[in-house]
Amino acid sequence: MIGTPVSPEAAVLLVPLVAAGLLALLPGYRLSARINVVASALSLLAAVQLLFHRPEAGPLLFVDDLNVVFILLNTLVGFTTSVFSASYIGHELEVGRLTRGYLRFYHAMYQLMMFGMNLALVANNIGLIWVAVELATLTTVLMVGIYRTHEALEAAWKYFILGSVGIALALFGTILVYLAAHPVIGEGADAMVWTILIGRAAEFDPALLNLAFVFLLLGYGTKVGLAPLHAWLPDAHAEGPTPISAVLSGLLLNVALYALLRFKMLLAAHPGAIAPGPLMVTLGLVSLVFAAFMLYRRRDIKRMFAYSSIEHMGIIVFAFGMAGPLGNFAGLLHMTMHSLTKSAIFFTVGHIAQVKGTQRMAEIRGLTETHPVLGWSLVAGVAAIAGLPPFGVFMSEFLVVSSTFAREPLLALVLVFGVLIGFGALLLRVTSLAFGEPVGRTGPVQASTLPIFAHLALVLVAGLYLPPGLVAWFQNVARLLG
Amino acid sequence: MPKLYFDIAHTLAGSLVLLSFVMLYQRRLGALVNVLALHAVVLALSVAWQAHIQGLPHLYITAAIALVFKAIVVPMALRRMIVMLGIHREIETVTGIGLSMLAGIGLVALSMAVMLPATAGVDPVAREDIALALSVVLIGLLLMVTRRNAVSQVVGFLSLENGIVLAATGAQGMPLVVEISVAFSILIALIVIGIFLFRIRERFDTVDVQALDRFRGERR
Repeated sequence: MIGTPVSPEAAVLLVPLVAAGLLALLPGYRLSARINVVASALSLLAAVQLLFHRPEAGPLLFVDDLNVVFILLNTLVGFTTSVFSASYIGHELEVGRLTRGYLRFYHAMYQLMMFGMNLALVANNIGLIWVAVELATLTTVLMVGIYRTHEALEAAWKYFILGSVGIALALFGTILVYLAAHPVIGEGADAMVWTILIGRAAEFDPALLNLAFVFLLLGYGTKVGLAPLHAWLPDAHAEGPTPISAVLSGLLLNVALYALLRFKMLLAAHPGAIAPGPLMVTLGLVSLVFAAFMLYRRRDIKRMFAYSSIEHMGIIVFAFGMAGPLGNFAGLLHMTMHSLTKSAIFFTVGHIAQVKGTQRMAEIRGLTETHPVLGWSLVAGVAAIAGLPPFGVFMSEFLVVSSTFAREPLLALVLVFGVLIGFGALLLRVTSLAFGEPVGRTGPVQASTLPIFAHLALVLVAGLYLPPGLVAWFQNVARLLG
Repeated sequence: MPKLYFDIAHTLAGSLVLLSFVMLYQRRLGALVNVLALHAVVLALSVAWQAHIQGLPHLYITAAIALVFKAIVVPMALRRMIVMLGIHREIETVTGIGLSMLAGIGLVALSMAVMLPATAGVDPVAREDIALALSVVLIGLLLMVTRRNAVSQVVGFLSLENGIVLAATGAQGMPLVVEISVAFSILIALIVIGIFLFRIRERFDTVDVQALDRFRGERR
């Protein structure tokens, strides 16, 4: 684009990085919160530019149709979360759960995390992807532990150790990919550049690629939150500040999934390698059914929605595992819908927990009576995430199910079973949360409802009408994914 | 390349596996940390040797990081921590020593069985290095799951990470190795600082069911 001093793919990295440095220096949380919002908005603008202006693939960074989807979603939810965060944090400061010093740290970390995630998404080097995912993980670990309570520290520690093991396994897989590429491409950085790798993947040693994928699936799968590697996820969601729960569910899981998809494409480009599909389908279904049953036993509201994230990541990984144009399309759509809906739910839940002063579901009742806006937002959000029409999640889930029925009816039965179990649990909970006799505090709330409404409106519109441009774009990406 | 080159590279990598086994049967934390320091020294030697035979001077940086940071600084910090937390007498394995040794042998056999056929086309030095590195990684994981306090979990993670550095240096001319080892050092430093700051004694899944329930917010 003429007149822009830096290219947009550099801007999505530079803006958060500069903002992180700035926020680390500036005192005063009101100003910081505003800068946080502005920086996130600028990143979003840069990401939108990527739609129109596609830079050449470099050795380190590149942009194609696939990662544009992720970058846009990332910066969009990053922006709305920063708006929500501004009001959320103000309240936390008031009640004294956070101090000003921590807030400075929090804002700097927020932008650093956005930098890490954007870097992972635009990186063209598989080593760089790994470093970026590690950076994003570390910053979220620090933020999960920010309340310094015993529970928060335990959650951060658990996240840290499990995340580190996952990330170590992913690195081992990355090394194996390099080893496979080494005889074909030769020594040096070229053998780690994804665009070069995909071009010559067919010549690689298939056995080595297979092995590499197993490590990558386990490694990045830990970060996606696939059962049985999910143990860190509910704790990290429940004990950290709610804006972080929203970005964890809405974005970080997607970034890890993106890394996994890139490697899956490498495998798919090799006719002799194992099909990555069945592995992903199995892990996806296990996560879905497991999380659906776990939903029933939850008593903490944020923990419950964390399990719902595991459930949906299961569906998404399943859809990408089924592959084919329709499977990939459905997976991509479901991922987008889940990110938007789940972050909207966490925004709502964050305000609810602040009003009520608790996250225990037994102490939250009759929200639609006492806080109609929050209560009905929660009802709408849960209806959307449970897959009720007319929301977008219904459509994407329907696509996943129907495309599976056409090819593997037995798997589709398991899928439907898991979805229905999860649906029941959510419905059961939301009726007690939203309706009935109000319990607990009923004080007024200063909620920033705009991000919630914006997300829910997007999901609703997507459920009613998908613009043909978007459909064509997603179809193209689905073809890319093979 | 002279045969001696292979032999030395393999001896060093093999010693790492051996030292991983030595860690498995340590009952005292102090001794465990000593073995870890030795593990890092052998890793540094191995990386330096790879730098020499591959003619890649930047790998000496990785070797130096391993020697200074992992063989000296981290073990010192861990020893202080053991004194501070008063856990130097801890005997805390989940399974018996014999069982975990057997499991370790099984893991080495597994990694050989998996890696050697898969890497048939790869350069022979790298090939066996990778197989041995995988053994070190898996034994590191085993150490993490069979020990019950945070310090020995960190030791397990460090040995796991040594295995990965071994694999990365064994893969000929792999770029970003130095950067990755720096990134890992930061990670380790944060873990160690984390234990220091938060005085985490027990590992996350404590056997005390009541503590677990409280932690999960499911009983109050």
